[in-house]
Amino acid sequence: MNADLPPRQKLQRVKPMKEVSLYTRTRDRGASGEDPMVRRLAMAELKERWALLSLTLPGFILVFLVLAVPLGWLFWLSAFDSNGALTLDNYLRLLRPVYLSSFLITFQMAFCVTLVCVLLGYPLAYLLSQLPDRASQICMAFVLLPFWTSILVRTYAWLVLLQRQGVINNWLLDLGLIHEPLALVNNFFGTVVGMVHVMLPFMVLPLYDKMKNIDPLLMSAAANCGATPSQAFRQVFLRLSLPGLASGITLVFVICLGFYLTPALLGGGRVSMWSMKISDTIALYGNWGAASALGVALLVATVLILWGMRKLFGLNGQGRTD
Amino acid sequence: MFDTLKFSAVRRHLLAVAGAALIAPQVWAADPSTVTVAGYGGGLQDALIATLWKPAAEKAGLKLRTESHDGQPAVRLQVQSGKPAWDAIHIGANDCAALAKQGMLEPLDYSVIDANGVPSLARDKNWIATNSYSVVMGWRTDKFKEGPKSWKEFWDVKKFPGRRALSVAPDEMLEVALLADGVPRDQLYPLDIKRGLASLEKIKPHVAVWWTSGAQSAQLIKDGEVDLIAIWSSRVDSVVKDKAPVAYTYEDGLLGYGCMAILKGAGNVPGAQKLIANSVSAPIQARIATMMGYYGPTNSLAFEQPGVPADALSSSNMSPANRARQTLMDARWWGEHIGDVQEDYKELIAR
Repeated sequence: MNADLPPRQKLQRVKPMKEVSLYTRTRDRGASGEDPMVRRLAMAELKERWALLSLTLPGFILVFLVLAVPLGWLFWLSAFDSNGALTLDNYLRLLRPVYLSSFLITFQMAFCVTLVCVLLGYPLAYLLSQLPDRASQICMAFVLLPFWTSILVRTYAWLVLLQRQGVINNWLLDLGLIHEPLALVNNFFGTVVGMVHVMLPFMVLPLYDKMKNIDPLLMSAAANCGATPSQAFRQVFLRLSLPGLASGITLVFVICLGFYLTPALLGGGRVSMWSMKISDTIALYGNWGAASALGVALLVATVLILWGMRKLFGLNGQGRTD
Repeated sequence: MFDTLKFSAVRRHLLAVAGAALIAPQVWAADPSTVTVAGYGGGLQDALIATLWKPAAEKAGLKLRTESHDGQPAVRLQVQSGKPAWDAIHIGANDCAALAKQGMLEPLDYSVIDANGVPSLARDKNWIATNSYSVVMGWRTDKFKEGPKSWKEFWDVKKFPGRRALSVAPDEMLEVALLADGVPRDQLYPLDIKRGLASLEKIKPHVAVWWTSGAQSAQLIKDGEVDLIAIWSSRVDSVVKDKAPVAYTYEDGLLGYGCMAILKGAGNVPGAQKLIANSVSAPIQARIATMMGYYGPTNSLAFEQPGVPADALSSSNMSPANRARQTLMDARWWGEHIGDVQEDYKELIAR
């Protein structure tokens, strides 16, 4: 570092030197025919690289077998009939209103649940990250506790709370706040409540992880530079926590798209999610292709949306802070 | 992973089939002394084993093995594997008709199976009904002193103001809607899809919940979430026995049935024929009236068997008196036409 540079420039981030492996360096020299010793060394390193790389082979094979092969099979089933001829029937069927409305409600539901999870999860994760260790561990246990409870039990618990003669409605009626029981369940609202309960930990955990790793000194530094607490929060803390938020949003949104049980029990039959349509279709049509097409459509739409989110906000699971 | 109750079961079956394919050559020696039946599992299966299958297998000198499936797709997987691990299945009659249409079932041998006493609507070339249930109207007695006596009255929101629940599946509900619209019982089939959907459209604003499972339907009427419900007699009966202020009637009910069939390519077809023959025989069918009172025997000769108590006879949904008040469902119609109805029905609910 040059001591004569003005201080501003000195503070600039130092870019790490591009790593150049021994192999690359020796290869370049070896190729020029400098030294046979170096060339042998280069060969040895090349061998070692491949040997190490081959250690990942079982992983690759596993991913190929359990992910790539079934997905390929899914595509095949959806696009070719039993005689092996290309057919678009299974996809054209998806243009019928019943499928379009189900597609729409699935994404609406995923969007609403994700939004509520962000609104509830962010302050919660912030609180957890600021509490002393012991208190935060205890609170975290409360966040995780529902995680270990059967989803069926949790869903029925909401039914007990939300139904017309349920705890909440009875309570409100007794207090005289309402005169008719509110429709809290067997509709879109009840489904959102049930799903948020299931999904909240998926929002809180990545957020908490990121927030816990934000150096508190950064906030002090911002204050020292004259930032008000809200400015410091917005410009420093919020920005640094964004990657956690992005992972949380991605996780919650994608998992929501595949929900089945909670909407089936709390939706009153009107919330017809895509997964239910897949299950209906398996029973309705005598071939797997019809249901496979639904699976493929959901997969493609999800990938497109995630890609769009990444393009729009520069957000992805890994996150970028710069 | 978190919400895939149904799919995990399908996946399990896929794995089972894949596993069976790998080890098949060793274990696949068809054993003529053993017959394997797969049903829906759970309490229903336990009852079917005790009431029908165990005595039926004993009488035929067969060893009984039972497994469980979770509906049509699982059965299809078994047959498509080429070597089904089950010989016979027990499933809803509409599913039987659909599976027969898809060519998944062996023909039944009616020289072995004596179908005398089983209504012709309740059997076909490839399947035969073993037990019947009713789709009835249930209501809250704390809301109505007297309940509806027909689906027409169930539809009458002036006479019976209140929240209603219907099933999310179109089979059974389309019949109910047509009866409510004034179609005479003996002219119900072939179902008029358009008229049925129009009738449903009329009641839709008063349907608070479209139930997705039998357990849910029972809970809805038990907790007073709805005041009137179209529900399976087996479910509402247990609610009444729990002393909830609920009543139901067989008046204008629908008679549906569960059936047995033999899988195409099954290892022990002759054994399965014998098992089914005994399961629908009058002496074994008579056991349903006392051991599974919430269901009825499909063989009417069961009621002429010695030792059937009078009260079991009068309370059974298939007793001559109760049968006369109800309409038999035609599973064959649904096997042919479910595809024409289901999507429009679901769209009507979602809209």
